Amino acid sequence: MNVTTELDRRFRDAAAAENLLDVGFDVVDSPIGPLLVAATSRGLCRVWFKPDPEQQLDSLARTFGPRVLRSHASVEGAHRQLDEYFGGRRESFELDVDLRVAAPFARHVLEELSRVPYGQTTTYGALAARVGAPSAARAVGTVMNRNPIPIVLPCHRVVGANGSLTGYAGGLDVKERLLRLEGAML
Amino acid sequence: MSAMAAIPPFERFYLEQREIVLGFLRKRLARDAAEDAFQETFLRALRAYDRLEHGEHLRAWVLTIAARIAIDTGCRTRPTAHELPELQVVDGRPAYAEIEHLADRLPPTERAAVVLRYAYDLAYDDIATALGSSPEAARQAASSGIRRLRAQTESPPGGTS
Repeated sequence: MNVTTELDRRFRDAAAAENLLDVGFDVVDSPIGPLLVAATSRGLCRVWFKPDPEQQLDSLARTFGPRVLRSHASVEGAHRQLDEYFGGRRESFELDVDLRVAAPFARHVLEELSRVPYGQTTTYGALAARVGAPSAARAVGTVMNRNPIPIVLPCHRVVGANGSLTGYAGGLDVKERLLRLEGAML
Repeated sequence: MSAMAAIPPFERFYLEQREIVLGFLRKRLARDAAEDAFQETFLRALRAYDRLEHGEHLRAWVLTIAARIAIDTGCRTRPTAHELPELQVVDGRPAYAEIEHLADRLPPTERAAVVLRYAYDLAYDDIATALGSSPEAARQAASSGIRRLRAQTESPPGGTS
């Protein structure tokens, strides 16, 4: 028997409202393609560029617990702010993030990353210096590569020492597009 | 020995079971009551989900929850007492609670079949759907479960013979 859209939404909203979820997620549209956005009760925990629920839900369940449910209410604030960002109406995100699974070094780097201003770029080496580990540019690169919350934690603003874009989980074209959106000099 | 099935993310479990749960509730309850019971079934499943120890028999598990809610809603359609000659209602506990308790020691498939048949009055077709087996296999599982329960009741563990 088919579950109507309304009945389905009622259940999902009730589950989120009762705080029964380890993770609520939704797939949202953006100018750079669909994004899978996920949040725990502590805050935003994942953004994926290429939604692949089959694999990504397993990853969320392993990391945060099995009560993973699609629920727009859980990511409504993040979705709105992302829309504003892509529309050029927002330069910084006001969202709690859940970095509990990041190792201490990665968390430190990601916190420092969140301070890199809109429209500016920095380098892996400079970011390494800012966390007090100037020789750890390569390790910083690895942290950027594994950034669980891209766009909101702006790893697209980190480039190579020679100004090259180097790499990006969403693809170099997306990295360039985000930097152009922000008006960063390339 | 094969490993127990892993617990799937709730989303996958919900998508796999929701039509069957709604169909089951619609057979027993009026439309609005069935929809309320549907929501309550999955909310209860969600509350218990992180305490599951494995992902086996999830369909039987969620139908057990749905059946209990349908009974609590007070619209039970068929009596079952005549089918339960060996299993009495004790101390005012409802039959389903007693049967679930007694069936705890049965192997999982037999337990699910016994509970769904005798505590929740599901037809063998529904139990087969829940267990992913044929109605005949469901009937056999319920029947061998009942035989095992009777044997256990006649010689309780630790009792003298």
